[in-house]
Amino acid sequence: MNSLIRSTARCIRSGAAVSFLRPADGLVRAASARFLCAAADLQKDLGEMVKKDKVVVFIKGTPAQPMCGFSNAVVQILRMHGVDQYSSYNVLEDQELREGVKVFSNWPTIPQVYFNGEFVGGCDILLQMHQNGDLVDELKKLGIRSALLDAEKESK
Amino acid sequence: MLPSVSRCTRPIYLSVARPLAHFRPPMDPDPNRPVETTIRTKLTEKFKPDHLEVHNESHMHAVPPGSESHFRVLVVSSLFVGLPLIQRHRLVNEALKEELSSCVHALAIQAKTPEQWGVDPALGKSPPCMGGSKNDHTVEEKLKAGRE
Repeated sequence: MNSLIRSTARCIRSGAAVSFLRPADGLVRAASARFLCAAADLQKDLGEMVKKDKVVVFIKGTPAQPMCGFSNAVVQILRMHGVDQYSSYNVLEDQELREGVKVFSNWPTIPQVYFNGEFVGGCDILLQMHQNGDLVDELKKLGIRSALLDAEKESK
Repeated sequence: MLPSVSRCTRPIYLSVARPLAHFRPPMDPDPNRPVETTIRTKLTEKFKPDHLEVHNESHMHAVPPGSESHFRVLVVSSLFVGLPLIQRHRLVNEALKEELSSCVHALAIQAKTPEQWGVDPALGKSPPCMGGSKNDHTVEEKLKAGRE
């Protein structure tokens, strides 16, 4: 239950009109859960969080307001491909999450991108996948049709 | 231990506090830059690269002038042949593990095989900073680790 509160409180689903607001007692429960929760619990939670959606990202800021150029690049690339339904976690709001996700993926930096629960890489990798066409293929495997395919069709 | 390596360790491991040489303006190549030198040395040793570029991009971010916190590296090595991007990047991360856990906050990586480099020799460009490093205490700690 505590992990559900934590993952719900931290997650912003891109495309949702309202971000999750924690009720007062939920805030207390989330805070104490976080305080008492061992790092191992967070790793277990992360295992669930990264599978929450087909596309899950850990960034600085939010898709509406990224706070880092590299995180913004991830958001913009996804937007270009028409991926507007994905889970996004703002690591600037939660230091434990920020460090925990780096341990989870064994990757030292943010942003981090996950497809179907699998770590894909950071901004550089996503950008290169976008540039070489691999991203369209990977999104297709997720059952997501890239908007760029439609744009290509229209131009022909 | 090389002076350049000792400067990049966490304070707890230092036996002697060594003040850093004064910083020159960021765009002026300075062979005495310890973090940049260490990165260059470690990547050269590990990858025996055909081509290597190490760029300190700290001046493009919300950190004090003269910082060594944000880098872009381009490594061209036959060691990358047959490896997917993520494995290449993991190898680079592993080589710079110490720096990434202490003073380096951001590392942009391009890891190419000699053939890929031959086809496309361009260096990538980092996106404009959105000020995330400002008021970020994690970055402050890293800047401090870099200075000590």
